[in-house]
Amino acid sequence: MNRRAAICVLLAAPLANCGGVQTALGGEGAEGANFVRLFTVFMIVCAAMYLIITVGLIVALRRRKSALTLDDRRHHETSPVLRPALAIWTALVVTGLAALTVASFLTDRSNAAVARDSRLTLTVTANQWWWDVEYHSPDASRTVHTANEIHLPVGVPAEVILKSNDVIHSLWIPNLAGKQDLIPGRVTDLQLVPRKAGQYRGQCAEFCGIQHSLMALDVTVESKADFQRWYQAQLQPAPPPAGSLEVAGYGYFTTRECSSCHNIGGTPASGQIAPDLTHFASRRSIAAGTLPMTQANVARWLADPQAQKPGNHMPNIGLSPDQVRALTAYLGTLK
Amino acid sequence: MSSRFPASLCALGLMACLAGCHREARQDWSKPRADAVPAASPDTIFPGNGRAAPVTTAAAFYEHNAHAIARGQQLFATMNCSGCHSHGGGGMGPALIDDKWVYGGRIDQIAASIMEGRPNGMPSWQGKLTDQQMWQLAAYVRSLSGQVPKDAVSARADELSNTPPQTQTEREPLRPADSAQQ
Amino acid sequence: MTAAEKAKAPPIDVPRDGPELTGAELQRRLARTWDSPPGLIGWLSSVDHKDVGRRYIVTALLFLALAGALAIVMRLQLARPGNDMVGAARYNEIFTMHGTTMMFLFAVPVMQGMQIYLTPLMVGTRSTAFPRLNAFSYWTYLAGGCLLWVAFILNIGPDVGWFAYPPLSGPQYGIGKRADIWAQMVTFTEIAALAAAVSLVATILKQRAPGMTLARMPLFVWATLVTSLMVIFSMPSVALASGMLLSDRLVGTQFYNPVERGDALLWQHLFWFFGHPEVYIIFLPATGFISEIVATFARRSVVHYPIVVLSLVATGILAFGLWVHHMFATGLPRVGYSFYTAASIAVSVPTGLQIFCWIATLWEGRPRLEVPLLYVIGFIFTFVIGGLTGVMIAAVPLDLQLHDTYFIVAHFHYVLIGGAVFPLLGAITYWFPKLTGRMMSEGLGKVGFWMIFLGFQLAFFPMHIAGLNGMPRRVYTYPAGMGLELPNMLSSIGSLVVALAVLLFVVNMVKSVLVGKKADPNPWNAPTLEWATACPPPRYNFAHIPMIDSRTPLWDQGKRMPVVHGLRVEDRELLLTSVLAAEPDVREPSAEPSLWPFIATLAVTVMFVCSIFSPWAVLFGAVPVTIALIAWFWPKSPVPDPEPTIS
Repeated sequence: MNRRAAICVLLAAPLANCGGVQTALGGEGAEGANFVRLFTVFMIVCAAMYLIITVGLIVALRRRKSALTLDDRRHHETSPVLRPALAIWTALVVTGLAALTVASFLTDRSNAAVARDSRLTLTVTANQWWWDVEYHSPDASRTVHTANEIHLPVGVPAEVILKSNDVIHSLWIPNLAGKQDLIPGRVTDLQLVPRKAGQYRGQCAEFCGIQHSLMALDVTVESKADFQRWYQAQLQPAPPPAGSLEVAGYGYFTTRECSSCHNIGGTPASGQIAPDLTHFASRRSIAAGTLPMTQANVARWLADPQAQKPGNHMPNIGLSPDQVRALTAYLGTLK
Repeated sequence: MSSRFPASLCALGLMACLAGCHREARQDWSKPRADAVPAASPDTIFPGNGRAAPVTTAAAFYEHNAHAIARGQQLFATMNCSGCHSHGGGGMGPALIDDKWVYGGRIDQIAASIMEGRPNGMPSWQGKLTDQQMWQLAAYVRSLSGQVPKDAVSARADELSNTPPQTQTEREPLRPADSAQQ
Repeated sequence: MTAAEKAKAPPIDVPRDGPELTGAELQRRLARTWDSPPGLIGWLSSVDHKDVGRRYIVTALLFLALAGALAIVMRLQLARPGNDMVGAARYNEIFTMHGTTMMFLFAVPVMQGMQIYLTPLMVGTRSTAFPRLNAFSYWTYLAGGCLLWVAFILNIGPDVGWFAYPPLSGPQYGIGKRADIWAQMVTFTEIAALAAAVSLVATILKQRAPGMTLARMPLFVWATLVTSLMVIFSMPSVALASGMLLSDRLVGTQFYNPVERGDALLWQHLFWFFGHPEVYIIFLPATGFISEIVATFARRSVVHYPIVVLSLVATGILAFGLWVHHMFATGLPRVGYSFYTAASIAVSVPTGLQIFCWIATLWEGRPRLEVPLLYVIGFIFTFVIGGLTGVMIAAVPLDLQLHDTYFIVAHFHYVLIGGAVFPLLGAITYWFPKLTGRMMSEGLGKVGFWMIFLGFQLAFFPMHIAGLNGMPRRVYTYPAGMGLELPNMLSSIGSLVVALAVLLFVVNMVKSVLVGKKADPNPWNAPTLEWATACPPPRYNFAHIPMIDSRTPLWDQGKRMPVVHGLRVEDRELLLTSVLAAEPDVREPSAEPSLWPFIATLAVTVMFVCSIFSPWAVLFGAVPVTIALIAWFWPKSPVPDPEPTIS
């Protein structure tokens, strides 16, 4: 905590957002904490170098007596003090930079060692402009398939396997760790070791097309018990609808355009090319962080997804207000 | 600087403009430029020597628009059209890269086939895809036989290479037996 | 003379400069020989390096203004969260055009323009080597710039970012012709840069004034030499990469298609192998500016000249071993990354040595705080911050958090604006009297400097904070409540100050050209050769080629410089000297004005632009290009006047 406070002070506390949900200064994960530590070291050394150079410049501008200039035809001479000064400066720079390089290597090794025994594996597949998330399990009936959110138990190393279905994306959850690119045709991975429970936010960090700005991810780090509870809930299929409005919504969803793309477990809707909606209402946001999850926002999204996120792949279906109401009600039951 | 330069620059610009406008235009996605897909007839016989209704400008826009054709390419993959049509070469379903159009090869006729479904296995997509998506698919299908301007088409998908580059696809001939104004 | 002497004396049958032909008469005849034809044809066919250099600089400054206007639009959009002033698609086009214009159409061309203008004057020759190639380079650059901006104005401009990663820029996801226009513009500007670089290297190595050994060359000329060699080695990589992208998009090759054994990362390697040296190609000429300005305004030669030269060379070489630091997040083996961390940190050592030498020179000298030196001071305060953030992001654990965030945007603007634009503004102020014959206003210059220096800090320092607070790059908006509102608002305000400062600088330039104080040949009392001739220089640069025996010829030899005699006056002729010791070697004709470079550019433009739409254009377009090149290189009949022989 003291180091973080120091950083905040260094960076002018009003500007830094140390308590934020998407900040590299959070340090709530193992790699994230390593970043904060290493960044502090670099800041101190670099600030010292900057001070030396700028003070040297100011001193150089002020010095006036016994200058060796054209005026006395001595413009090719140099004071004898300059040669040792150059040597000292070079030694200082080389030592400082070497120290920083070593610090960087040590941190890199620490990051590599940190998640060697991951006990949780998930695959995140990036699409334009949403995240497909699948938790692995040795028992195939216990895999969880969700979208645009990740839940992680505190203190458990998690290995996130990264793939892409279309262009290059980048998964960045700054509070927990650095980023990794998701590159089509390659498999990369990210080790996450969350140390502090809380709600965080990740975002795509590689320009991936028109809605790159609205491609975020809700990350929840919780106790092991809470995680198990969540996991169990995710394994359940969607409950059958009750209430006339919900039944109407269910009817539309499973027989019309929605089911061409979306999947709701336990219903006939099993499209695979759009986010899985089985537990849609339990998420914190809609459309990869575009809108917070509220009933009004769901209705707004359904009425015209293109107005909220222009160019995304969910077309404006042209639903009537009654259809929007029915679908909103049904989707609200998918907890 | 003589006055010839601004004039010739304008001419060049105008040409580029005419070439580029339809190809690169992005639709107002909230209000897509989509007529309802008509139940267009593949018939060539009309009473009183009449002709089939011409393709509307809205429909014609789709097959000149690179975005529409690109979305159609993606829908072709994600809606599993390849399951029957392969990548245009046909299998259970007829080939789409040739010059044989059982139900007509105009963009509105193709869109109608997608919407209504056809005998012997072509499913009906009405209510499963929006009209705009059906027009986009129809535009892509038109591109498979080389009917769309080559600068609006992408050379390949980021997939296994199944067809020669689409920018080099020969335009299949128009057969008089098919509808007028293909 | 006795009869025997008369028999031995060479026949004077060709007018040459020398004791018989000197002064005003010599200048009149040289002016006639070296002048360009009048009218539009003369303007198009000029091969005078000063014309080419001036055109490069003016065109590049125009592109700077255009790209800067786009930056203001971006900052206005980002001033508030959830702003809808500019939509997503348009914003993506704008930041692509901003980056592409700044990197390809402003930064490298303006540096090359200054180099083309100054190098022959600084080494004491009448023209660059290959003057027609030089002219061709400018027209090709202009064609590429017009292609990009006409496309943007017609709303078919690129929207894939200035480095256009596939598959986003590939045939499936790069929809339409936008990315093709980008890739072809790269081809134009790469050819232009290569042509200029070749001409500069040959000029520096073979056309220096006698006695100007490599160890006596001005530091700006050293910087030009290293930069031009870097251009020659790095530009082909991006030309290859963009050619392969065009080929993927036009004819369906599989270079970047992972499914067919291509690789999306292939692009990144090829692009950044060029892209990293590119930023040093932009930075090293700026260090040349600094060296010259520091020497003049400290009134002494730069301390430890050999160290500065070795630093330039070391930076140029090391710059080729760093490119993977742009790819730290792509999942390549970590051991490999460690090498690039070490190399990226090591490359700052030579620059640190140069900074020591400049500060030591100021310390040893008696600095005059006039506008060019103010920009040098601004450079040191600003560039060093950028260099130090560069050291930070060279470390992999730090880069994995900061890559592709606004921290990086802050870093590269600190090194590019602080490290290249500030020296450039100082250099323009410094060499303005040489280019135009008038001095820029000192008062306006000082106001402008403080505005741009302080405005820049306000605009770009908060971006470090925004990046640390989680703001990625290339976003048209950001959510509220993440601590991003204040940094963005400050940046937007600062950007307006910077825009005003640039406007003020332009106003100063225009006003000074029209009514500025007329300049003496050497108003700053500078040491290098370009100040030995009039302001602006005559077409032929120097009436007599000088002979050098010092690094600071105007300070050490002054008005009593010995000169070379014997160069032709009625034909364009240069003196070539040896590469290391600059001993006189041969006399070489220099090219006359010619319209063929311009015509060749027209042919090349037609070929390249049409090849965006059809591969047949490469075949058919090659025909007019070949014709133009044949006409250009058609050998001229030998000079009829007999050469005197040595018996």
